Amino acid sequence: MSLKSKDLVSIKDLEPEDLELILDTAAGFKDVLGRDIKKVPALRGKTTVNLFYEPSTRTRTSFELAAKRMSTDVINFAVSTSSVIKGETLKDTALTIQALGADFIIVRHSCSGVAAFLARNLNASVINAGDGINEHPTQALLDLFTIKEKKNTIKGLEVAIIGDILHSRVAKSDIYALIKLGAHVRLIGPPTLVPACMKDLGVEIFTDMNKGLKGVDIIMMLRIQMERQGKGFFPTTKEYFRNWGLNADRLARAKEDAIVMHPGPMNRGVEISSEVADGSRSVILEQVTNGIAVRMAVLYLLGGVRE
Amino acid sequence: MNQKILIKNGHVIDPSQNIDEICDVFIEDGKILKIEQKSSRAAGTPPPQPPLAKGGNEKGGMASPHTIEAKGMYVLPGFVDMHVHLREPGFEYKETIKTGTEAAVRGGFTSVCCMPNTKPVNDNSSVTEFIIRRSIQEGFCTVYPIGAITKGQKGEELAELSIMHDAGCIAFSDDGWPVKEALMMRRALEYSKILDVPVISHCEDLSLSSGGVMNEGLLSVTLGLQGVPAQAEEIIVARDISLAELTGARLHIAHISTAGSVELLRTAKKRGTADITAETCPHYFSATEEAVKGYNTNAKVNPPLRTKADVEAIKQGLADGTIDVIATDHAPHHSDEKLMEFDRAPSGISGLETAFGLCMKLVDEGVLTLKDLAEKMALTPSKIMRVKKGTLKSGSDADIVIIDTKKEYKIDAAAFRSKGKNTPFDGMSLKGAVVTTICKGKIYKWD
Repeated sequence: MSLKSKDLVSIKDLEPEDLELILDTAAGFKDVLGRDIKKVPALRGKTTVNLFYEPSTRTRTSFELAAKRMSTDVINFAVSTSSVIKGETLKDTALTIQALGADFIIVRHSCSGVAAFLARNLNASVINAGDGINEHPTQALLDLFTIKEKKNTIKGLEVAIIGDILHSRVAKSDIYALIKLGAHVRLIGPPTLVPACMKDLGVEIFTDMNKGLKGVDIIMMLRIQMERQGKGFFPTTKEYFRNWGLNADRLARAKEDAIVMHPGPMNRGVEISSEVADGSRSVILEQVTNGIAVRMAVLYLLGGVRE
Repeated sequence: MNQKILIKNGHVIDPSQNIDEICDVFIEDGKILKIEQKSSRAAGTPPPQPPLAKGGNEKGGMASPHTIEAKGMYVLPGFVDMHVHLREPGFEYKETIKTGTEAAVRGGFTSVCCMPNTKPVNDNSSVTEFIIRRSIQEGFCTVYPIGAITKGQKGEELAELSIMHDAGCIAFSDDGWPVKEALMMRRALEYSKILDVPVISHCEDLSLSSGGVMNEGLLSVTLGLQGVPAQAEEIIVARDISLAELTGARLHIAHISTAGSVELLRTAKKRGTADITAETCPHYFSATEEAVKGYNTNAKVNPPLRTKADVEAIKQGLADGTIDVIATDHAPHHSDEKLMEFDRAPSGISGLETAFGLCMKLVDEGVLTLKDLAEKMALTPSKIMRVKKGTLKSGSDADIVIIDTKKEYKIDAAAFRSKGKNTPFDGMSLKGAVVTTICKGKIYKWD
């Protein structure tokens, strides 16, 4: 079994069946993670390169673990110490890595469209680990996996995504994935950070968090980047928390069995209170574990270089 | 250069003389001698002989003209592009005066006006003189420099408009950039009145467009690309119209792209209290933001490609005369530069060699007639720039373009004469081609 494309660049490009296939495959790999010997020999001999132009510990480590669990050789291409600093273009760097024999290139970059660019220009399988403010497909996949584990289904669920939607590649991928699998999506946040035109995608937009959380099954919190302060999107993090922070009070407005998710890293006290982050309804740490299984599934299904 | 040329049996369209019929065009020594309408010749009389050259040639007999058979073709005044970037001096890797003017004549343009955002900026007479000298040495067509409004195009200090005008600048613009401060734009408009020149405005509110790389809308959100709202253009269009009305100067609005801008111009022209003209470019009536899908950097341009509704409004603006001119904003870039992250790639479309073909689509659709094209691409830009071009009147330079409206072809960027192959229209099928361009009597025939 495999995916039609050699790459995983964008949730927008996938059909619902593709999403289901990845989730089912991930379930199998999660079992492996429970065993003593956490290895699957399927991709032995293949080479995975992590090409991270933006700093990242959790995603890169997660991909590295997944790639190693699938028995590939893993190389971390350290951008800061490389020829990129000497002015080498993106295309030249990627072609060099390909010439070194990479089968999988996992790329994170601050510009949207970079993963698509590499996928178009290279024979290797390109996996988008986050491109600008466009998409972060594997994050959405692990979010879906987590929801499915907890709620047995995606279809018909009321899902609220809260925060800086405009600049969040996680939110975008989540929105596309949830809609494809039939969830009802609500976006909650300041008007400056939730583009009004997104209602044309079929989502509901709220600025009032109390109203927006009524009847919600899944609460997905997004990190507020400190750099967004002082740029006119919202006045201060203090005011932000007053309007859109998740505390126990607000959580109580959602359904009794609603779960709380966050892609990490969290800003405690800015978008989420410690009480909720560490509370019983939070599945934040499970998301991290599931991330490895999902990434193993993606590597497996992409399978490496096609002739 | 051929001394005597006769263009026979072509359908001549010359709005400056209200000619729109089959004629013979007589050219001598790089000038148009006369146009003879076939209809004015009595039936049965033989066609006239070309006039005897004064003094005759060495052999003592009458020199016979170089004859171009133009039956089934249209003969128009050579196009005048009042907005091109020739990139020389300073960015010769993108284009030179030589390659840019070669691209121009291929596209049917016999005169081009080049913008000052070179390196160094054309904000002084030395650079102006350099450009003119180069164009005489190496240019394929006439080049008129447009000088900067402000020094370095920084929007802070007026450049020496009179001295640059003496050196050959026929208009002024900080194109590439807006004039940021309303006060500076006011002063520039007021001061420019000492010369009979248009001030050409690139309308963009930098604070609204900051970081933007395509039109703002659902598409920019779903591509994860920062958008530029239509208002970034419209706010400065409104500002500059206001200032033109305040100062009584001649304002020309460059590259308009939105429905809102068209409406502002329409209303201003109705008011009639200022001398305002405007141009659009073929890409603003031939493509929408959809061309950016897939992160196609060849569709990255400033102002950006907009929506279907904007395209319709631009066409309507052309049809009802709100938009006076079609110019290309020819912006060539090196292919390495367009093969980059979308955010980092420079904006611009190489347009000289696709302009006429794209304009012919408007004729096919019934938006404009060929006569309208001759006005918007030749006569009106010449009038605005106060140059004696865009006309086939006797005594004018023999700047002529011959068109085959039935010829079908595909755009082939790799074959462009321009160094810039950056176009979103590569591979597009078109009908209507430039088959011959004549610059001051020099003939360029194209396959």
